[in-house]
Amino acid sequence: MSLDKSAVERVAVLARLALDDRQVAACQSELNGILDLVERLQGASVTGVEPLSHPLDIVARLRPDLVTESDQRALFQSIAPAVDSGLYLVPRVIE
Amino acid sequence: MLTDSIAELSRLLRRRALSSEELARRCLAEAERQQPALNCFITLTPESALRQARAADQVLARGEGTPLTGIPVAHKDIFCTAGVRTSCGSRMLDGFIAPYTATAVARLHTAGMVMIGKTNMDEFAMGSSTEHSWYGPCRNPWDMQRVPGGSSGGSACAVAAGIVPAATGTDTGGSIRQPAALCGITGLKPTYGLVSRYGMVAFASSLDQGGPLARSAEDVAHLLTAMSGFDPLDSTSVDQPARDYAVNLGTDIAGVRIGLPEQYFQQDLDPEIRGVIESALHELEQAGAILKPVSLPSSHLSIPAYYVVAPAEASSNLSRFDGVRYGYRCRDPRDLTDLYCRSRAEGFGEEVRRRIMIGTYVLSAGYYDAYYLRAQKVRRLIRDEFRSVLREVDLICGPTVPGTAFAIGERAHDPVSMYLCDIFTVSVNLAGLPALSIPAGFINGLPVGMQLIGNYFHEERLLQVAHAYQEMTGWHRRTPGGPA
Repeated sequence: MSLDKSAVERVAVLARLALDDRQVAACQSELNGILDLVERLQGASVTGVEPLSHPLDIVARLRPDLVTESDQRALFQSIAPAVDSGLYLVPRVIE
Repeated sequence: MLTDSIAELSRLLRRRALSSEELARRCLAEAERQQPALNCFITLTPESALRQARAADQVLARGEGTPLTGIPVAHKDIFCTAGVRTSCGSRMLDGFIAPYTATAVARLHTAGMVMIGKTNMDEFAMGSSTEHSWYGPCRNPWDMQRVPGGSSGGSACAVAAGIVPAATGTDTGGSIRQPAALCGITGLKPTYGLVSRYGMVAFASSLDQGGPLARSAEDVAHLLTAMSGFDPLDSTSVDQPARDYAVNLGTDIAGVRIGLPEQYFQQDLDPEIRGVIESALHELEQAGAILKPVSLPSSHLSIPAYYVVAPAEASSNLSRFDGVRYGYRCRDPRDLTDLYCRSRAEGFGEEVRRRIMIGTYVLSAGYYDAYYLRAQKVRRLIRDEFRSVLREVDLICGPTVPGTAFAIGERAHDPVSMYLCDIFTVSVNLAGLPALSIPAGFINGLPVGMQLIGNYFHEERLLQVAHAYQEMTGWHRRTPGGPA
């Protein structure tokens, strides 16, 4: 499978990355190089093999449904790019 | 240059022949002196270091503390440290001050260690050379024109250069073991789940594991004892009783069965690397180890599987960087989409963007089954092969890296050639096993690392074998600038 320019642009939209034409071109050849590298997977014999998403056979731990965190809004917002009155500021979404 | 082991420094501190404050001052002075040439630090923390050192001195004066009390340490800049910048080597987090501290850092602090600073790294731990850092490349103390390896290159460099006796790193596909090998020190990637990932900036969550870097297996054992253990704040932390990895270090290794996978010693292995590893194996055999040929037939699939799974998880993890809650924000966004897209494109470097793109692609509709799902199936094959071999042998051995440190810039524009550095390391992360790299010799004045892979939670055995080797040989005691 080889990616053309429009496919790279589509992936950039999905990834929320603004790439200029030069970056799209560079990315296209690099991604195709990486896809060539991983192409070997297609030859692997995996019939009947279950996918493995986690290396250990453990199950997610349950914890009591209790409030354990305190309100740290001021601390968390102290590192935000733009806040006002306890709210995160972003460009207008609804006109 | 500081070349004493943690055990030696600890003895000096306990005898009051040296104070922790003097030791911290020496490390800070050495860091200042070598930083312009090596660029192994992103942030130095002299004030808090001296404060922590004085506190350690008080503990030592009372005759209390641990073998790590008063010992300086440098943390990879991927571990969150409340009040101190955590950049992850990225413009995205250049001004980021985490509101909390990573458990691994907190545990070492509780054990009495003194943080000297935060080390340079490949951005978001993506890389094998520490060239992909917003703060510029780090250099190899054995040869300033060469890379220290990566992504924990700053940590490996700082230990090898004699700035600190210990450092932390993280290993997603070899990022502790590969720089340890290229810098001539000892580095351990523990079993997945042994060291808490809480407060460790996530790259690929099913592969990431924090661990120690130091000169010797003995030093690494002390660090692992303090770093590891159950943490309710990490849902993948394994609930096991605390252990002391140093207490049985001197156990005889006679009869230990070491598997040599034929795939790690194939025709195309560099003959000089082969020579170094074979001599090391011979030494282990002299000490009573039993060498046994084994096979891991899916080894050739580990790089392809890794370079699907890791970018896929990265693309998901790094979606949190949106320019809204923390991190870099672009100037004058037109609208919300423009804010996301430009903040991310400007905040992330080239290699991170590339991996997000690959990850997004392999997870996208129409390609998920062919790439991601297939890679996960191959991952099971790889893990099952390790499991079956580790029923026949106690550990698996081979080179850590297929070469020695390469020149800065040599592979920077060829991602695939960079990825191939990880050929012997990534399968261990896919399987979640523990593995250690120890110095095993030199080629043209550059260190060569040997990798020991153990069974799940058998770190103690790995460290015993590494320690026995280091008792017989002196490779780990060599320092840059010393006699080669």
